Amino acid sequence: MTEEETKKVKKEKISRVAMPEQEPAVRARNFLEVPTGYTSEMAIQEAARCMQCKKPGCVAGCPVGIDIPGFIKLIAEGEFTRAIRHIWQKNSLPAVCGRVCPQEIQCEGLCIVGKKDDPVAIGNLERFAADWEREHGTGALPPKAEPTGKKVAVVGSGPSGLTVAGDLIVKGHDVTVMEAFHKPGGVLVYGIPEFRLPKAIVAQEVNFLARLGVKVECNAVVGRTVSLDELFEEGYDAIYLGVGAGLPRFMNIPGENLIGILSANEYLTRANLMKAYLFPEVDTPIPRAKNVIVLGAGNVAMDSARTAMRLGAEKVRIVYRRSRQEMPARIAEIHHAEQEGIEFFLLTNPTRYIGNEKGRLTGMECLQMELGEPDQSGRRRPLAIKGSEFELDCDLCVVAVGSGANPLLTESTPDLKLNKWGYIEADEATGKTYKKGVWAGGDIVTGAATVILAMGAGRKAADSIHEYLLRGW
Amino acid sequence: MFKVVKREEMSEGNVILNEIEAPKIARKAKPGQFVILKVGEEGERIPLTMAESDAEKGTITVIYMVVGKSTALFKTLQVGDSYQDIIGPLGKPTHIEKLGKIVCVGGGTGIAVLHPITRAMKEIGNHVISIIGARSKDLLILEDKMKAASNDLRVCTDDGSYGHHGFVTEVLKEILEKEKIDQVVAIGPVPMMKFVSLITKQYNVPTLVSLNPIMVDGTGMCGGCRVTVGGKTKFACVDGPEFDGHQVDYDELMLRLQAYCEDEKKCYNDFCIMES
Repeated sequence: MTEEETKKVKKEKISRVAMPEQEPAVRARNFLEVPTGYTSEMAIQEAARCMQCKKPGCVAGCPVGIDIPGFIKLIAEGEFTRAIRHIWQKNSLPAVCGRVCPQEIQCEGLCIVGKKDDPVAIGNLERFAADWEREHGTGALPPKAEPTGKKVAVVGSGPSGLTVAGDLIVKGHDVTVMEAFHKPGGVLVYGIPEFRLPKAIVAQEVNFLARLGVKVECNAVVGRTVSLDELFEEGYDAIYLGVGAGLPRFMNIPGENLIGILSANEYLTRANLMKAYLFPEVDTPIPRAKNVIVLGAGNVAMDSARTAMRLGAEKVRIVYRRSRQEMPARIAEIHHAEQEGIEFFLLTNPTRYIGNEKGRLTGMECLQMELGEPDQSGRRRPLAIKGSEFELDCDLCVVAVGSGANPLLTESTPDLKLNKWGYIEADEATGKTYKKGVWAGGDIVTGAATVILAMGAGRKAADSIHEYLLRGW
Repeated sequence: MFKVVKREEMSEGNVILNEIEAPKIARKAKPGQFVILKVGEEGERIPLTMAESDAEKGTITVIYMVVGKSTALFKTLQVGDSYQDIIGPLGKPTHIEKLGKIVCVGGGTGIAVLHPITRAMKEIGNHVISIIGARSKDLLILEDKMKAASNDLRVCTDDGSYGHHGFVTEVLKEILEKEKIDQVVAIGPVPMMKFVSLITKQYNVPTLVSLNPIMVDGTGMCGGCRVTVGGKTKFACVDGPEFDGHQVDYDELMLRLQAYCEDEKKCYNDFCIMES
C-alpha cells in the first residue's frame, strides 16, 4: 500500500453498507430472495468507500477481470446505466455473479479497504447495477459485429455455456445453445435455489442472449439425441462443451438406497427446476420431512439445508466430517443458514443409515472425528475416534458431498481425452480439447467449482474459438 | 412442442397409445430406450420406454397406463394436442443378438415395451416364443402385434377369460422344462419380473429385465433411479434400463417405487374430483 492509500484508509469513516434482508424467522419459511438489494442511495454511499486504487487487487482477484474500480466509480457518480455497460464488457451475467460469487476469496478478499475495515461490497454493487438495469434500463443491446457465417454449438446452458454464447454472438457468429433439461440455465436453474437466485433473473439473462440472436434448444441431450460428429455434419464449425459435472456422489455406506435419502442434485432439482415446493399446485412431489440431515458443508449443502427448512422441517442439521474452518461454503451462506436455525454437527461422519420395515430412513449411525495432519487438499484430515459411535434420528437425508464427471456425453465421444477422474482434458489457456473443433470448460474440465470460474473458462474458450473461426485450429 | 398424431385407447380406456411427432428422437431411438415426457409448464417429468419409433415419419410411440395425475393429464391429450417437452432417446438400447431360442415375457404395459425387442430378436434370426399376460381378456394389449413379432405366442389371463388360466410364470416354467432356451426377456410389473427371474435362475437361463424406477432427469444427474444390481448401486437411466434379471434387488425396487405413494394418491384424487 502506498502512503497515500494508507492515509485514505485512516480517513475512511463510513462503514460498509449492509444489504437489507428478510428477517431470518420470516424468510426461513418462504422461498423469496433473502437479501432484498441496495437502494440507489445505499449503492452510491457504498461505492464512495472505494479508494480507486491505481493497482487494484480486486481486479486481479476476479476470474473474468471486471474493471471493478471503473464500474464502482460510475455508481458513485450515479451513472448506473454506464456502470452496467462497463461490467458487461467483461461479464455477461452480473445479476448472477453479484449474488453467487464467493467474493470474500476473490475481489473483496483482495480489496485494500478490507485490510483495516470491511472490504467494499463489490458483489452487492455489481448486483445493484444489474438489477437497476433490469428494472430501469432501456433494454438496449450491445453492438454486434457483422455476421461471419460461422456456426457454433454450445452444449450446456449453465454459466460457462452462456458466457461463450454471449461472447461469440456479439462477434458475429451464429450460436446455438443446447440444453438437456426443458429449461435453460443449467445449475443456475436446477441447482441454486430461488431464495438465493430468483429464476426470473436467470430467465432474463437467457432472454438477453436470445434477443442478441442466440438460439436456445432445450430437451437436447447431446450424446444421445445428437452426437458431436453429427453436429459437425449438420454444419457447425465449432463446439463448446460446458455440460457441468453432473454425477452425484454418495457416501457408499450401508442403507443408502432407503427411501428418504436423496442426492442434493435430486433434492434441489425437484425444488428449483420442478418447483416442487409448490406441490400439489405443480405435479412434481418432494419429500417434506420433520427431521432433516444434510451431509456436507459446501454451498450445495447450505442450499439443501435452507430448502428443507423452507419446506417446513422442524429440525435441520448439517453433518460434516471436518471442522468449521474447513467448511467450503461461502461465509454468507453459512451465516444465513445459522440465522435460519440450521444446526451444525461438525467432526461427525455417518457410517450407516438406519431404516424401518417399509424401507424408509429413520436415522443414521455416526462417528466422531478429530483432525489429523493436512491432506492433499491442504485441509487437516479427519480421523475417526474409535468407539465414538452414536445415532442421529432423521427422516430425510440429503447427500451433498460433491459430484463427479457424468459420463453420458464423454462415453459417446471416444476421441475426447479424459483424465483419470473422467473429466475432459482441455488446455488451460484456451479450453481446446484433443478433438478438433471442440472446446470444453467449467465443471466438466475442473470438477465441481464455482459459477464464476466456469464463466472465466468460457471467456477464454470463446476467445480461442473466435480466433479459430477466423484463422483455423 | 411435440404433437400427438395418433391416439388409441386400450384395455378399457386404462391404457393409452400416443404416437407423437419427435423427429430428432425418432432418428436415434432403438428398442429398449426410453423418453421423458412432460405435459405442460407445471407437469412432472415422466419416463416411459418407447413402444415404437419411425425415423421416416419422425414419430415415436408410447403406451402407458393411467395410474396417477400425470398420466391422467397425458390421457386428456387428443390428436393435434402437444406435449410441452419430450427428451430422449435415453438409456442403453437392448443388445440384440442371434442366440438361438428366446422367450419374451410381457405383462401389462410392459408388453408395449417388449414388442419392438421381440420383433428385433426375431428379425435377427432368433426363434422367439412370447408369453403375454393380463388380469383378464379385456385388459390384454397388443396381442396381434406380438403374434406377428413372434414365432409362437402364448396368452395368459389371471381370471381364465382367455388363453391359459393363470400367470405367465406357469407357462414359462412349462417351456423351460421342455426345451433349452438361450435367453429370456421379461418386461412388466416388478413382481412379474421378480418371479420370472427366480424361475429362470433355477434353469440357469440368462434373463434380461427392463426397470422403470422413479427418476427426474434421466441423464445420470440425480441418482433418484438407483437400483441394486449384483450388490452394487446402478442408475437405471444411464446404466440401464435393462439389467441382468438374476442380479436385481426387486424388493428394494418395489419399496422405492412407493416413495411418493401418498403424495401421488392425494394428487390424483384431487385431480379426479376436479375433473368430475
